[in-house]
Amino acid sequence: MKLITAIIKPHKVDDVKDALKAAGVQGMTVAEVKGFGRQGGHTEVYRGAEYVVDLLPKVRLEMVVGDDQARAIAEVIVTSAKTGKIGDGKVWITNVEELIRIRTDERDEDAV
Amino acid sequence: MELDAGAIAWVLISTALVLFMTPGLAFFYGGMVRAKNVLGMLMQNFFAMGILAVLWSIVGFSLAFGDWGNGGLIGNLDFFGMSGVDQNPVSLGDPEGDGGGLALGIPLILFCAYQMTFAIITPALITGATADRMKFKAYAIFISVWLILVYSPVAHWIFGGGWLAQRGALDFAGGAVVHINAGAAALALALLLGKRKNWPEQPMHPHSLPWTLIGTGILWFGWAGFNAGSALAADGVAAQALYNTFVAASAGMLGWLLVEKIKDGHATTLGAASGAVAGLVAITPCAGFVGGLSPMIIGAVTGAICFLAISLKYRFGYDDSLDVVGVHLVGGLLGSVLLGFFATTEVNAAGKDGLFFGGGSTLLIEQVIAAVVVLVFSFVVSIVIAKVIDVAFGGLRVTEEDEELGLDLSQHAETAYNS
Repeated sequence: MKLITAIIKPHKVDDVKDALKAAGVQGMTVAEVKGFGRQGGHTEVYRGAEYVVDLLPKVRLEMVVGDDQARAIAEVIVTSAKTGKIGDGKVWITNVEELIRIRTDERDEDAV
Repeated sequence: MELDAGAIAWVLISTALVLFMTPGLAFFYGGMVRAKNVLGMLMQNFFAMGILAVLWSIVGFSLAFGDWGNGGLIGNLDFFGMSGVDQNPVSLGDPEGDGGGLALGIPLILFCAYQMTFAIITPALITGATADRMKFKAYAIFISVWLILVYSPVAHWIFGGGWLAQRGALDFAGGAVVHINAGAAALALALLLGKRKNWPEQPMHPHSLPWTLIGTGILWFGWAGFNAGSALAADGVAAQALYNTFVAASAGMLGWLLVEKIKDGHATTLGAASGAVAGLVAITPCAGFVGGLSPMIIGAVTGAICFLAISLKYRFGYDDSLDVVGVHLVGGLLGSVLLGFFATTEVNAAGKDGLFFGGGSTLLIEQVIAAVVVLVFSFVVSIVIAKVIDVAFGGLRVTEEDEELGLDLSQHAETAYNS
């Protein structure tokens, strides 16, 4: 099994979610996060003062999928999350050693 | 003068309106602070309604309005402990004689109550500059002493027929007595307290702008009582003052937002609220003395300049947290000085003509003198009071740990938002 983690722009969440559902993904976890990357921060002016905003809002997606699906699903995320502008985010794939579905006690590939 | 039912009705309502401004101010400021300090802010304002009404009744009213028209620095103790403050028509000084006096168609007890609401909100205005870091105990002592040593004498100088009034300064509802006075004290305390931890590196944005806007609405509404009530009669001058007040607030908002949009890129809700209040501050001394388009000009100019003035704290490094100096001190100065240009006896025979209305520079000079005198007096005495509290009463400022925790928990053992 593989864990796919993606950091994407918040306004692309629905597009990515719909594309993943269409590609047969059974479930995922979504979290609102903040961070910085090459996009860096920006300066905001509020009430006459300038503020540097270092950490920008992003969304982190996580899903565990079968070994043979992982690459294709990562491609779905890349395609559906892309705007072509800096700050689109990243997708990475990591190995999962064991997987257990809590309700049924199913193990590994059966639990995907 | 006989009691006048219309005047009594209007001043009764105005008294309630002005009292309601202090909770309005609490929410105006309360929305602007961080969530951990909101009760601290609300409490400081509500507490002002507690302590200052009591002190005003015991001694403040007498120091401000006793011996009306003496042309001096302070009243006397004739009304100490509400003695002689009765239901008879106001007749202070020598209304019939050459010395001049104050004769009104309302009972003295109502005049005392109406002025009490001013004595409550003026020290409360200072809380915006001391936000997030002043000890409750130090605050309580400060406003109590300040009411007696600063507010009451200054009210006497101008409202009580004291020396500035006799020189010829005009102040319809408290541009100098309320706004310059509180603004100068705010600057003094902001300087003595020092900056909030991590200011200005860390943004400390308002935690609830909806509250700030509710507060602004209450202030705007209550200001009808503040300014039109200051006519102390139900007459044409009161009507003029009410119209001037509302339109100055509107123009103040527009002036602020225009400059904010050009300079910062957005027209913000906080800007709309601040601009309206700046307009209200500036029209306060002028309300019953100007007419025509003057209130709009005064409001718009003040809104625009006050927006620029709030940046001064970054240049000079004093943490006037919620811009009491930028809005009330600067707005009060502008209103008081602009009255020297825009005053006209066409709207109020008891007023004077300013520079633009054929009166020459006489009034303008008196306005500048009164503004500067009140600023300097309030600033200096506030520094002295605060220094004494700092040394003799356990300090002005909460500990760094308590500041981090927030005033709500550290000063009042409560939190505003609980699940």
